[in-house]
Amino acid sequence: MYESMIATLVRMPGHAGDEIEAYVARPEAEFRRGGVVVIHHMPGWDRGSKEITRRFAELGYDAVCPNLYTREAPGASPDDAAAVARAQGGVPDERLVGDVAAAAAYLRALPTSNGKVGVIGYCSGGRQSVLAACNTDVDAAVDCYGAFVTGEVPTEFPLKITNLVEQLPNLRAPLLGLFGAEDRYPSPDQVDELERILTDLGKPFEFHRYEGAGHAFFANERPSYNVAAANDGWERIERFYATHLGA
Amino acid sequence: MCTYTTVHADMDGSAKGPGSSWFHAGRATVYFDHPVHAMAEHTLNIDLTDPDGDPARRVALELTAESARALVAAIQEALAAVPDELKV
Repeated sequence: MYESMIATLVRMPGHAGDEIEAYVARPEAEFRRGGVVVIHHMPGWDRGSKEITRRFAELGYDAVCPNLYTREAPGASPDDAAAVARAQGGVPDERLVGDVAAAAAYLRALPTSNGKVGVIGYCSGGRQSVLAACNTDVDAAVDCYGAFVTGEVPTEFPLKITNLVEQLPNLRAPLLGLFGAEDRYPSPDQVDELERILTDLGKPFEFHRYEGAGHAFFANERPSYNVAAANDGWERIERFYATHLGA
Repeated sequence: MCTYTTVHADMDGSAKGPGSSWFHAGRATVYFDHPVHAMAEHTLNIDLTDPDGDPARRVALELTAESARALVAAIQEALAAVPDELKV
């Protein structure tokens, strides 16, 4: 455990060279280590996302959480920025991939980097974690209850997201999936479908389904928080990244 | 889940927001999704904003579905209680 760490705000080039802001947390120790890109959920680049980023530093990783809404509302509070981003239609997939790729490049350029980078996302970020792992060079991906990796997107949804089924053959990193058995988005059937597809494609993956847990069971400031699922989930993440991001 | 559902309405009115200052409320964004503050997994959320203004100029509501329906009914009742000629 690396309780002594440096956490700070930085600006970095994101997709298409746009300057975006990011929250960086790093162990205050000199050793070679992997990096983790944290994809924040739709409610924004909030305190919870930054706490998660610091937790990865505590686990011994250089971690970065890019503000995916930098462009929509520079300098705004996270909830106000999320409102603007939502009103403007959300984050386009192409831009998300570009921002994650840029964050991964930032991590690999650090003098402490061992060259390996993982990505993790929650809720909408869970889908985006899989999206990034299909389209950019990462070494491990974690999907925490991301909806619409599989399954049909209801046609009345005005945000033009699609499922990722056609992109899954391009998945280039092992995937850890953590899901609530009581969740409806993604539903257990959709998780089963993803499992079948990855099996058929011969992709390495590890899924865990938590009985009694619904959506957003990691969110410790929300009613959906589930202690048992979150604690086990963090242990799974710790082992998964130790396996795939180790030196 | 993140529902991704977002509905817009153009508006013409005013709202009192951050710093107890009034601003032109030109747009309502309405969606049923995770709240930031309310103690519910999902809420009906309304952002009243000035689309040409600072993102911080926003009045945000996070209402349970039941509360949202009650608000709609109260608005309809208030509008129904006055003559049409006042509502132009």
